[in-house]
Amino acid sequence: MSDDVMTEIQRDHLFNLILKGEREDGRAFDEFREISIETDVIGTADGSARVKLGKTELLVGVKIQPGEPFPDTPDKGVLITNAELVPLASPEYEAGPPREGAIEIARVVDRGIRESKSLDLEKLCITAGEKVWIIFIDIHVLNNEGNILDAASMGSIAALLTAKLPRAQYGMGDDIPLPVRDIPVAVTVIEFGGALLLDPSLTEGAIASTSLITITNSDGSISGMQKSGSESLTIEQVLQAVDMAKNAAAGIREKFLEV
Amino acid sequence: MSEKPEHFIVDGKRLDGRRVDELRPIKIEIGVLGRADGSCYLEWGNNKVLAAVYGPRELHPRHRQKMTRSVVQFRYNMASFSVDERTRPGPSRRSIEISKVSREAFEPVVFTKFFPKTAIDVFVEILQAGAGTRTAGINAASLALADAGIPMRGLVSACAVGKVDGEIVLDLMKEEDNYGEADLPVAMTAGRQITLLQMDGHLTTEEFYRALELAKTGCDQVYELQRQALIEKYSKEYTTEIEDEDPAPAGEPEGDADE
Repeated sequence: MSDDVMTEIQRDHLFNLILKGEREDGRAFDEFREISIETDVIGTADGSARVKLGKTELLVGVKIQPGEPFPDTPDKGVLITNAELVPLASPEYEAGPPREGAIEIARVVDRGIRESKSLDLEKLCITAGEKVWIIFIDIHVLNNEGNILDAASMGSIAALLTAKLPRAQYGMGDDIPLPVRDIPVAVTVIEFGGALLLDPSLTEGAIASTSLITITNSDGSISGMQKSGSESLTIEQVLQAVDMAKNAAAGIREKFLEV
Repeated sequence: MSEKPEHFIVDGKRLDGRRVDELRPIKIEIGVLGRADGSCYLEWGNNKVLAAVYGPRELHPRHRQKMTRSVVQFRYNMASFSVDERTRPGPSRRSIEISKVSREAFEPVVFTKFFPKTAIDVFVEILQAGAGTRTAGINAASLALADAGIPMRGLVSACAVGKVDGEIVLDLMKEEDNYGEADLPVAMTAGRQITLLQMDGHLTTEEFYRALELAKTGCDQVYELQRQALIEKYSKEYTTEIEDEDPAPAGEPEGDADE
Protein backbone atom coordinates (compact mmCIF):
# COMPACT_ATOMS: atom_id res chain seq x y z
CA MET A 1 0.00 0.00 0.00
CA SER A 2 2.75 2.46 0.96
CA ASP A 3 4.49 1.55 -2.29
CA ASP A 4 1.34 2.56 -4.14
CA VAL A 5 1.32 5.92 -2.38
CA MET A 6 5.01 6.51 -3.12
CA THR A 7 4.43 5.64 -6.75
CA GLU A 8 1.57 8.13 -6.92
CA ILE A 9 3.72 10.88 -5.40
CA GLN A 10 6.60 10.14 -7.76
CA ARG A 11 4.26 10.00 -10.70
CA ASP A 12 2.89 13.45 -9.87
CA HIS A 13 6.39 14.79 -9.40
CA LEU A 14 7.66 13.44 -12.73
CA PHE A 15 4.51 14.52 -14.51
CA ASN A 16 4.88 18.10 -13.28
CA LEU A 17 8.50 18.11 -14.43
CA ILE A 18 7.51 16.83 -17.88
CA LEU A 19 4.98 19.63 -18.20
CA LYS A 20 7.86 22.05 -17.69
CA GLY A 21 9.94 20.16 -20.23
CA GLU A 22 12.26 18.73 -17.58
CA ARG A 23 13.40 15.38 -16.21
CA GLU A 24 14.41 14.48 -12.67
CA ASP A 25 18.12 14.30 -13.53
CA GLY A 26 18.10 17.39 -15.72
CA ARG A 27 18.47 15.60 -19.05
CA ALA A 28 16.70 16.61 -22.25
CA PHE A 29 13.91 14.27 -23.39
CA ASP A 30 16.13 12.82 -26.12
CA GLU A 31 19.32 12.67 -24.10
CA PHE A 32 21.03 9.48 -22.97
CA ARG A 33 22.92 9.17 -19.72
CA GLU A 34 26.66 8.76 -20.07
CA ILE A 35 27.55 5.59 -21.94
CA SER A 36 30.73 3.62 -21.58
CA ILE A 37 31.47 0.33 -23.30
CA GLU A 38 34.56 -1.64 -22.45
CA THR A 39 35.29 -4.83 -24.39
CA ASP A 40 37.36 -7.95 -23.73
CA VAL A 41 36.82 -7.78 -20.00
CA ILE A 42 36.36 -11.49 -19.31
CA GLY A 43 39.24 -13.76 -20.23
CA THR A 44 37.22 -16.98 -20.13
CA ALA A 45 34.63 -15.68 -22.63
CA ASP A 46 35.17 -15.65 -26.40
CA GLY A 47 33.88 -12.09 -26.51
CA SER A 48 32.68 -9.78 -23.78
CA ALA A 49 31.61 -6.24 -22.98
CA ARG A 50 30.90 -4.25 -19.88
CA VAL A 51 28.36 -1.52 -20.42
CA LYS A 52 27.70 1.41 -18.13
CA LEU A 53 24.66 3.50 -18.87
CA GLY A 54 24.58 6.11 -16.16
CA LYS A 55 24.72 3.94 -13.06
CA THR A 56 23.19 0.96 -14.81
CA GLU A 57 25.82 -1.68 -15.34
CA LEU A 58 25.86 -5.03 -17.04
CA LEU A 59 28.16 -7.58 -18.57
CA VAL A 60 27.64 -9.48 -21.76
CA GLY A 61 29.63 -12.62 -22.35
CA VAL A 62 29.75 -14.50 -25.63
CA LYS A 63 30.68 -18.16 -25.54
CA ILE A 64 31.14 -20.11 -28.76
CA GLN A 65 31.29 -23.86 -29.09
CA PRO A 66 30.63 -26.50 -31.74
CA GLY A 67 27.35 -28.38 -31.53
CA GLU A 68 24.48 -29.83 -33.50
CA PRO A 69 22.41 -27.59 -35.80
CA PHE A 70 18.64 -27.34 -35.56
CA PRO A 71 17.01 -29.94 -37.87
CA ASP A 72 15.24 -27.23 -39.93
CA THR A 73 18.45 -25.21 -40.47
CA PRO A 74 21.14 -27.91 -40.93
CA ASP A 75 23.61 -25.53 -42.61
CA LYS A 76 23.37 -22.60 -40.22
CA GLY A 77 25.00 -21.73 -36.95
CA VAL A 78 22.85 -21.33 -33.87
CA LEU A 79 22.30 -18.16 -31.84
CA ILE A 80 21.05 -18.44 -28.27
CA THR A 81 20.48 -15.34 -26.16
CA ASN A 82 19.80 -15.38 -22.46
CA ALA A 83 19.41 -12.65 -19.84
CA GLU A 84 19.99 -13.13 -16.14
CA LEU A 85 18.45 -10.59 -13.81
CA VAL A 86 20.45 -11.79 -10.82
CA PRO A 87 19.39 -10.73 -7.30
CA LEU A 88 22.67 -8.89 -6.80
CA ALA A 89 21.54 -6.25 -9.30
CA SER A 90 18.33 -5.03 -7.69
CA PRO A 91 16.16 -5.61 -4.61
CA GLU A 92 13.33 -6.44 -7.03
CA TYR A 93 15.15 -9.34 -8.64
CA GLU A 94 14.83 -12.83 -7.24
CA ALA A 95 16.81 -15.98 -7.84
CA GLY A 96 15.20 -18.70 -9.91
CA PRO A 97 14.28 -19.40 -13.50
CA PRO A 98 13.95 -16.35 -15.77
CA ARG A 99 10.62 -14.55 -15.61
CA GLU A 100 8.83 -12.74 -18.37
CA GLY A 101 10.89 -9.55 -17.95
CA ALA A 102 14.19 -11.34 -18.45
CA ILE A 103 12.78 -13.45 -21.26
CA GLU A 104 11.50 -10.36 -23.06
CA ILE A 105 14.90 -8.62 -22.82
CA ALA A 106 16.70 -11.69 -24.16
CA ARG A 107 14.21 -12.26 -26.97
CA VAL A 108 14.16 -8.63 -28.13
CA VAL A 109 17.97 -8.42 -28.14
CA ASP A 110 18.10 -11.75 -29.97
CA ARG A 111 15.51 -10.54 -32.50
CA GLY A 112 17.62 -7.51 -33.39
CA ILE A 113 20.78 -9.51 -33.99
CA ARG A 114 19.02 -12.36 -35.77
CA GLU A 115 16.73 -10.34 -38.02
CA SER A 116 19.36 -7.78 -39.02
CA LYS A 117 21.35 -10.79 -40.28
CA SER A 118 24.23 -9.19 -38.43
CA LEU A 119 25.65 -12.61 -37.69
CA ASP A 120 26.33 -14.55 -40.86
CA LEU A 121 24.91 -17.83 -39.59
CA GLU A 122 25.69 -19.61 -42.86
CA LYS A 123 29.38 -18.96 -42.31
CA LEU A 124 29.06 -20.62 -38.93
CA CYS A 125 28.36 -24.04 -40.41
CA ILE A 126 31.21 -26.55 -39.92
CA THR A 127 29.70 -29.74 -41.42
CA ALA A 128 26.15 -29.36 -42.73
CA GLY A 129 23.65 -31.34 -40.72
CA GLU A 130 26.25 -32.38 -38.18
CA LYS A 131 28.31 -29.65 -36.66
CA VAL A 132 27.87 -25.88 -36.51
CA TRP A 133 29.08 -23.09 -34.25
CA ILE A 134 26.70 -22.27 -31.44
CA ILE A 135 26.90 -18.67 -30.27
CA PHE A 136 25.67 -18.06 -26.75
CA ILE A 137 25.04 -14.46 -25.75
CA ASP A 138 24.61 -14.16 -21.99
CA ILE A 139 23.48 -10.86 -20.56
CA HIS A 140 24.35 -10.54 -16.90
CA VAL A 141 22.88 -7.51 -15.17
CA LEU A 142 25.04 -6.15 -12.34
CA ASN A 143 23.22 -2.99 -11.30
CA ASN A 144 19.77 -2.02 -12.50
CA GLU A 145 19.31 1.72 -12.50
CA GLY A 146 16.97 1.67 -15.46
CA ASN A 147 16.96 0.88 -19.18
CA ILE A 148 18.53 -2.56 -19.02
CA LEU A 149 17.32 -3.33 -22.51
CA ASP A 150 19.30 -0.65 -24.35
CA ALA A 151 22.41 -1.47 -22.34
CA ALA A 152 21.97 -5.17 -23.09
CA SER A 153 21.63 -4.46 -26.81
CA MET A 154 24.78 -2.31 -26.92
CA GLY A 155 26.69 -4.83 -24.85
CA SER A 156 25.64 -7.77 -27.00
CA ILE A 157 26.72 -6.29 -30.29
CA ALA A 158 29.92 -4.91 -28.73
CA ALA A 159 30.75 -8.36 -27.37
CA LEU A 160 30.02 -9.99 -30.74
CA LEU A 161 32.22 -7.46 -32.54
CA THR A 162 35.21 -8.49 -30.43
CA ALA A 163 34.40 -12.20 -30.27
CA LYS A 164 36.68 -14.79 -31.87
CA LEU A 165 35.75 -18.21 -33.16
CA PRO A 166 37.77 -20.49 -30.87
CA ARG A 167 38.93 -22.78 -33.66
CA ALA A 168 42.31 -23.62 -32.13
CA GLN A 169 40.66 -25.02 -29.02
CA TYR A 170 38.79 -27.55 -31.17
CA GLY A 171 41.65 -28.35 -33.54
CA MET A 172 40.16 -26.47 -36.48
CA GLY A 173 42.95 -24.01 -37.24
CA ASP A 174 43.55 -20.51 -35.99
CA ASP A 175 41.02 -18.39 -34.14
CA ILE A 176 39.31 -15.89 -36.44
CA PRO A 177 36.97 -12.96 -35.72
CA LEU A 178 33.28 -13.78 -35.67
CA PRO A 179 31.67 -12.71 -38.99
CA VAL A 180 29.57 -9.67 -37.97
CA ARG A 181 27.97 -7.76 -40.85
CA ASP A 182 25.78 -5.13 -39.27
CA ILE A 183 25.44 -3.22 -36.01
CA PRO A 184 21.82 -3.33 -34.85
CA VAL A 185 21.06 -1.08 -31.89
CA ALA A 186 17.89 -1.25 -29.79
CA VAL A 187 16.58 1.99 -28.37
CA THR A 188 13.73 2.24 -25.88
CA VAL A 189 11.38 5.21 -26.02
CA ILE A 190 9.01 5.61 -23.08
CA GLU A 191 5.75 7.48 -23.16
CA PHE A 192 4.78 9.57 -20.16
CA GLY A 193 2.23 12.34 -19.92
CA GLY A 194 2.12 12.59 -23.71
CA ALA A 195 5.90 13.12 -23.91
CA LEU A 196 8.38 10.66 -25.38
CA LEU A 197 11.66 10.14 -23.54
CA LEU A 198 14.86 8.25 -24.29
CA ASP A 199 16.90 6.18 -21.87
CA PRO A 200 14.47 5.96 -18.93
CA SER A 201 15.97 6.13 -15.45
CA LEU A 202 14.84 3.58 -12.89
CA THR A 203 11.98 5.76 -11.59
CA GLU A 204 10.94 6.89 -15.07
CA GLY A 205 10.87 3.30 -16.27
CA ALA A 206 8.90 2.14 -13.24
CA ILE A 207 6.31 4.87 -13.51
CA ALA A 208 5.96 5.29 -17.25
CA SER A 209 5.82 1.62 -17.94
CA THR A 210 4.86 1.83 -21.60
CA SER A 211 7.62 1.86 -24.14
CA LEU A 212 8.36 1.18 -27.75
CA ILE A 213 11.65 -0.53 -28.49
CA THR A 214 12.96 -0.12 -32.02
CA ILE A 215 16.04 -1.88 -33.33
CA THR A 216 17.65 -0.14 -36.28
CA ASN A 217 20.60 -1.08 -38.46
CA SER A 218 23.48 0.87 -39.97
CA ASP A 219 21.43 1.78 -43.08
CA GLY A 220 18.55 3.06 -40.94
CA SER A 221 16.30 0.09 -41.66
CA ILE A 222 14.32 -1.56 -38.86
CA SER A 223 14.94 -5.16 -37.85
CA GLY A 224 12.80 -5.46 -34.76
CA MET A 225 10.22 -3.69 -32.64
CA GLN A 226 8.35 -4.32 -29.45
CA LYS A 227 5.72 -2.33 -27.62
CA SER A 228 6.03 -3.15 -23.98
CA GLY A 229 3.90 -2.04 -21.04
CA SER A 230 0.34 -1.61 -19.97
CA GLU A 231 -0.75 1.53 -21.82
CA SER A 232 -1.51 2.13 -25.45
CA LEU A 233 0.29 4.35 -27.95
CA THR A 234 -1.14 6.45 -30.76
CA ILE A 235 0.06 5.99 -34.32
CA GLU A 236 1.73 9.44 -34.20
CA GLN A 237 3.60 8.45 -31.04
CA VAL A 238 4.77 5.24 -32.69
CA LEU A 239 6.08 7.07 -35.73
CA GLN A 240 7.82 9.69 -33.60
CA ALA A 241 9.32 7.02 -31.33
CA VAL A 242 10.72 5.15 -34.33
CA ASP A 243 12.37 8.35 -35.53
CA MET A 244 13.86 9.12 -32.11
CA ALA A 245 15.14 5.56 -31.77
CA LYS A 246 16.70 5.61 -35.22
CA ASN A 247 18.57 8.86 -34.58
CA ALA A 248 19.76 7.80 -31.15
CA ALA A 249 20.91 4.43 -32.50
CA ALA A 250 22.92 6.15 -35.23
CA GLY A 251 24.68 8.28 -32.61
CA ILE A 252 25.46 5.33 -30.35
CA ARG A 253 26.68 3.23 -33.26
CA GLU A 254 29.00 5.93 -34.54
CA LYS A 255 30.41 6.86 -31.16
CA PHE A 256 30.77 3.52 -29.41
CA LEU A 257 30.42 0.59 -31.75
CA GLU A 258 32.04 1.35 -35.08
CA VAL A 259 35.66 0.36 -35.26
CA MET B 1 8.18 -27.57 -43.35
CA SER B 2 7.17 -26.74 -46.91
CA GLU B 3 9.75 -25.54 -49.45
CA LYS B 4 10.28 -21.87 -50.11
CA PRO B 5 8.11 -20.86 -53.09
CA GLU B 6 9.87 -19.05 -55.91
CA HIS B 7 7.33 -16.22 -55.93
CA PHE B 8 4.82 -15.22 -53.31
CA ILE B 9 2.85 -12.89 -55.56
CA VAL B 10 1.98 -13.69 -59.16
CA ASP B 11 -0.22 -11.31 -61.18
CA GLY B 12 -1.24 -9.52 -58.01
CA LYS B 13 -2.45 -12.76 -56.43
CA ARG B 14 -0.87 -14.51 -53.45
CA LEU B 15 -0.31 -18.25 -53.03
CA ASP B 16 -3.84 -18.75 -51.72
CA GLY B 17 -5.36 -16.42 -54.30
CA ARG B 18 -5.72 -13.39 -52.04
CA ARG B 19 -4.90 -9.80 -52.97
CA VAL B 20 -2.11 -8.11 -51.01
CA ASP B 21 -4.63 -6.27 -48.82
CA GLU B 22 -7.01 -9.16 -48.19
CA LEU B 23 -7.53 -11.11 -44.97
CA ARG B 24 -7.87 -14.89 -44.81
CA PRO B 25 -11.42 -16.07 -44.03
CA ILE B 26 -12.41 -15.63 -40.39
CA LYS B 27 -15.10 -17.59 -38.57
CA ILE B 28 -16.18 -16.58 -35.07
CA GLU B 29 -18.36 -18.29 -32.52
CA ILE B 30 -19.03 -16.67 -29.14
CA GLY B 31 -19.99 -18.42 -25.90
CA VAL B 32 -18.82 -21.93 -26.72
CA LEU B 33 -17.59 -23.10 -23.31
CA GLY B 34 -20.00 -23.91 -20.48
CA ARG B 35 -17.77 -23.35 -17.46
CA ALA B 36 -16.07 -20.14 -18.53
CA ASP B 37 -17.59 -16.72 -17.83
CA GLY B 38 -16.93 -15.79 -21.42
CA SER B 39 -15.51 -17.67 -24.38
CA CYS B 40 -14.89 -17.55 -28.08
CA TYR B 41 -13.83 -19.98 -30.78
CA LEU B 42 -12.12 -18.43 -33.76
CA GLU B 43 -10.87 -19.80 -37.04
CA TRP B 44 -8.63 -17.65 -39.16
CA GLY B 45 -7.17 -19.25 -42.25
CA ASN B 46 -5.71 -22.46 -40.87
CA ASN B 47 -5.65 -21.20 -37.29
CA LYS B 48 -8.07 -22.66 -34.78
CA VAL B 49 -8.04 -20.99 -31.40
CA LEU B 50 -10.18 -20.99 -28.27
CA ALA B 51 -10.28 -18.21 -25.70
CA ALA B 52 -11.88 -18.32 -22.28
CA VAL B 53 -12.28 -15.65 -19.60
CA TYR B 54 -12.75 -16.34 -15.92
CA GLY B 55 -13.48 -13.54 -13.52
CA PRO B 56 -13.32 -11.06 -12.06
CA ARG B 57 -12.51 -13.57 -9.34
CA GLU B 58 -10.39 -13.64 -6.20
CA LEU B 59 -6.68 -13.48 -6.96
CA HIS B 60 -4.36 -15.98 -5.32
CA PRO B 61 -1.79 -15.77 -3.85
CA ARG B 62 -3.21 -12.81 -1.95
CA HIS B 63 0.02 -10.80 -1.90
CA ARG B 64 -0.43 -10.35 -5.64
CA GLN B 65 -3.76 -8.60 -5.16
CA LYS B 66 -3.94 -4.91 -5.99
CA MET B 67 -5.95 -2.74 -3.61
CA THR B 68 -7.03 -0.32 -6.31
CA ARG B 69 -7.59 -2.51 -9.33
CA SER B 70 -7.99 -5.93 -10.84
CA VAL B 71 -5.01 -7.82 -12.24
CA VAL B 72 -5.32 -9.00 -15.81
CA GLN B 73 -3.63 -12.34 -16.43
CA PHE B 74 -3.15 -13.83 -19.87
CA ARG B 75 -1.95 -17.29 -20.76
CA TYR B 76 -1.20 -18.12 -24.36
CA ASN B 77 -0.71 -21.84 -24.76
CA MET B 78 -0.12 -24.04 -27.76
CA ALA B 79 -1.54 -27.53 -27.86
CA SER B 80 1.34 -29.94 -28.46
CA PHE B 81 -0.39 -31.18 -31.65
CA SER B 82 -1.05 -27.69 -33.03
CA VAL B 83 2.12 -27.57 -35.14
CA ASP B 84 3.83 -29.89 -37.63
CA GLU B 85 6.41 -31.08 -35.16
CA ARG B 86 4.98 -31.77 -31.74
CA THR B 87 5.85 -29.06 -29.23
CA ARG B 88 6.59 -29.94 -25.67
CA PRO B 89 3.58 -29.10 -23.48
CA GLY B 90 3.90 -26.23 -21.04
CA PRO B 91 5.25 -22.70 -21.31
CA SER B 92 8.16 -21.95 -23.66
CA ARG B 93 10.14 -18.72 -23.80
CA ARG B 94 8.14 -17.80 -26.88
CA SER B 95 4.77 -18.41 -25.23
CA ILE B 96 5.82 -16.50 -22.09
CA GLU B 97 6.70 -13.49 -24.24
CA ILE B 98 3.46 -13.73 -26.23
CA SER B 99 1.46 -14.02 -23.02
CA LYS B 100 3.14 -10.86 -21.72
CA VAL B 101 2.56 -8.68 -24.78
CA SER B 102 -0.99 -10.05 -25.20
CA ARG B 103 -1.82 -9.16 -21.60
CA GLU B 104 -0.44 -5.70 -22.27
CA ALA B 105 -2.69 -5.49 -25.33
CA PHE B 106 -5.72 -5.67 -23.00
CA GLU B 107 -4.56 -3.79 -19.93
CA PRO B 108 -5.18 -0.40 -21.58
CA VAL B 109 -8.82 -1.23 -22.42
CA VAL B 110 -10.11 -3.19 -19.41
CA PHE B 111 -11.63 -1.04 -16.62
CA THR B 112 -9.60 -2.79 -13.93
CA LYS B 113 -10.40 -0.17 -11.29
CA PHE B 114 -13.95 -1.52 -10.93
CA PHE B 115 -12.72 -4.79 -9.45
CA PRO B 116 -10.03 -4.28 -6.81
CA LYS B 117 -8.28 -7.36 -5.39
CA THR B 118 -9.50 -9.58 -8.20
CA ALA B 119 -8.00 -11.32 -11.20
CA ILE B 120 -9.39 -11.32 -14.70
CA ASP B 121 -7.97 -14.46 -16.28
CA VAL B 122 -7.74 -14.86 -20.02
CA PHE B 123 -6.74 -18.24 -21.40
CA VAL B 124 -5.96 -18.77 -25.05
CA GLU B 125 -5.40 -22.23 -26.43
CA ILE B 126 -3.98 -22.62 -29.90
CA LEU B 127 -5.50 -25.84 -31.22
CA GLN B 128 -4.16 -25.55 -34.75
CA ALA B 129 -1.47 -23.09 -35.74
CA GLY B 130 -1.21 -21.59 -39.21
CA ALA B 131 0.64 -18.26 -38.94
CA GLY B 132 -0.64 -15.38 -36.86
CA THR B 133 -1.67 -17.31 -33.76
CA ARG B 134 -1.02 -14.41 -31.38
CA THR B 135 -3.28 -12.07 -33.34
CA ALA B 136 -5.94 -14.79 -33.65
CA GLY B 137 -5.69 -15.35 -29.90
CA ILE B 138 -6.07 -11.64 -29.17
CA ASN B 139 -9.15 -11.34 -31.38
CA ALA B 140 -10.75 -14.34 -29.69
CA ALA B 141 -9.76 -13.08 -26.23
CA SER B 142 -11.29 -9.70 -26.98
CA LEU B 143 -14.65 -11.34 -27.70
CA ALA B 144 -14.38 -13.71 -24.73
CA LEU B 145 -13.87 -10.65 -22.48
CA ALA B 146 -16.93 -9.01 -24.00
CA ASP B 147 -18.87 -12.27 -23.62
CA ALA B 148 -17.87 -12.38 -19.93
CA GLY B 149 -19.31 -8.90 -19.52
CA ILE B 150 -15.99 -7.36 -18.51
CA PRO B 151 -16.29 -3.58 -18.88
CA MET B 152 -13.89 -2.36 -21.55
CA ARG B 153 -13.20 0.88 -23.37
CA GLY B 154 -13.66 -1.05 -26.58
CA LEU B 155 -12.75 -4.20 -28.42
CA VAL B 156 -9.15 -4.93 -29.33
CA SER B 157 -8.63 -6.04 -32.93
CA ALA B 158 -5.40 -7.52 -34.20
CA CYS B 159 -3.81 -8.55 -37.46
CA ALA B 160 -0.34 -8.98 -38.86
CA VAL B 161 1.25 -7.21 -41.79
CA GLY B 162 4.38 -8.41 -43.49
CA LYS B 163 6.64 -8.13 -46.46
CA VAL B 164 7.03 -10.73 -49.18
CA ASP B 165 8.56 -10.35 -52.63
CA GLY B 166 9.37 -6.79 -51.56
CA GLU B 167 5.68 -5.95 -51.16
CA ILE B 168 3.79 -5.05 -48.00
CA VAL B 169 0.96 -7.55 -47.53
CA LEU B 170 -1.85 -8.02 -45.04
CA ASP B 171 -2.31 -11.11 -42.88
CA LEU B 172 0.60 -13.46 -43.57
CA MET B 173 -0.15 -17.09 -44.31
CA LYS B 174 2.25 -19.83 -43.23
CA GLU B 175 4.63 -19.78 -46.21
CA GLU B 176 4.77 -15.99 -46.13
CA ASP B 177 5.47 -16.07 -42.40
CA ASN B 178 8.21 -18.69 -42.72
CA TYR B 179 10.05 -17.23 -45.69
CA GLY B 180 8.89 -13.62 -45.81
CA GLU B 181 11.06 -10.60 -45.19
CA ALA B 182 9.17 -9.09 -42.24
CA ASP B 183 6.34 -9.79 -39.85
CA LEU B 184 4.55 -7.06 -37.90
CA PRO B 185 1.71 -8.07 -35.60
CA VAL B 186 -0.42 -5.13 -34.47
CA ALA B 187 -3.40 -4.80 -32.13
CA MET B 188 -5.44 -1.66 -31.77
CA THR B 189 -8.77 -0.32 -30.60
CA ALA B 190 -11.36 1.12 -32.95
CA GLY B 191 -10.11 4.49 -31.66
CA ARG B 192 -6.65 3.71 -33.12
CA GLN B 193 -4.89 3.23 -29.82
CA ILE B 194 -2.12 0.76 -30.50
CA THR B 195 -2.02 -1.83 -27.72
CA LEU B 196 0.35 -4.36 -29.26
CA LEU B 197 3.13 -3.86 -31.75
CA GLN B 198 5.94 -6.22 -32.52
CA MET B 199 8.12 -6.55 -35.54
CA ASP B 200 10.83 -8.77 -36.84
CA GLY B 201 12.49 -8.91 -40.20
CA HIS B 202 13.70 -6.06 -42.30
CA LEU B 203 11.79 -2.90 -43.20
CA THR B 204 12.84 0.59 -44.17
CA THR B 205 11.10 3.31 -42.17
CA GLU B 206 9.05 4.17 -45.25
CA GLU B 207 7.94 0.54 -45.54
CA PHE B 208 7.11 0.55 -41.85
CA TYR B 209 4.81 3.57 -42.30
CA ARG B 210 3.01 1.78 -45.12
CA ALA B 211 2.79 -1.44 -43.11
CA LEU B 212 1.20 0.40 -40.21
CA GLU B 213 -1.35 1.97 -42.59
CA LEU B 214 -2.23 -1.46 -43.97
CA ALA B 215 -2.50 -2.85 -40.44
CA LYS B 216 -5.09 -0.14 -39.72
CA THR B 217 -7.31 -1.32 -42.58
CA GLY B 218 -6.83 -4.94 -41.48
CA CYS B 219 -7.78 -4.20 -37.88
CA ASP B 220 -10.83 -2.27 -39.13
CA GLN B 221 -12.03 -5.33 -41.03
CA VAL B 222 -11.42 -7.60 -38.05
CA TYR B 223 -13.26 -5.16 -35.78
CA GLU B 224 -16.31 -5.24 -38.06
CA LEU B 225 -16.35 -9.07 -37.98
CA GLN B 226 -16.03 -9.04 -34.19
CA ARG B 227 -18.88 -6.57 -33.86
CA GLN B 228 -21.10 -8.63 -36.17
CA ALA B 229 -20.35 -11.79 -34.18
CA LEU B 230 -21.38 -10.06 -30.95
CA ILE B 231 -24.56 -8.68 -32.50
CA GLU B 232 -25.43 -12.07 -33.89
CA LYS B 233 -24.84 -13.83 -30.57
CA TYR B 234 -26.65 -11.36 -28.38
CA SER B 235 -29.56 -10.46 -30.63
CA LYS B 236 -30.27 -14.19 -30.76
CA GLU B 237 -30.09 -14.48 -26.97
CA TYR B 238 -32.46 -11.58 -26.62
CA THR B 239 -35.01 -13.25 -28.94
CA THR B 240 -34.75 -16.49 -26.96
CA GLU B 241 -35.44 -14.66 -23.74
CA ILE B 242 -38.60 -13.11 -25.16
CA GLU B 243 -39.79 -16.48 -26.42
CA ASP B 244 -39.18 -17.88 -22.96
CA GLU B 245 -41.85 -15.61 -21.59
CA ASP B 246 -44.47 -17.63 -23.46
CA PRO B 247 -46.00 -20.34 -21.30
CA ALA B 248 -43.78 -23.41 -21.42
CA PRO B 249 -45.26 -26.36 -23.30
CA ALA B 250 -46.75 -28.99 -21.03
CA GLY B 251 -44.23 -31.45 -19.65
CA GLU B 252 -41.18 -29.25 -20.33
CA PRO B 253 -39.22 -28.51 -17.21
CA GLU B 254 -38.42 -24.92 -16.36
CA GLY B 255 -34.89 -23.97 -17.21
CA ASP B 256 -32.50 -22.12 -19.36
CA ALA B 257 -33.27 -22.69 -23.01
CA ASP B 258 -29.58 -22.74 -23.79
CA GLU B 259 -28.76 -25.80 -21.71
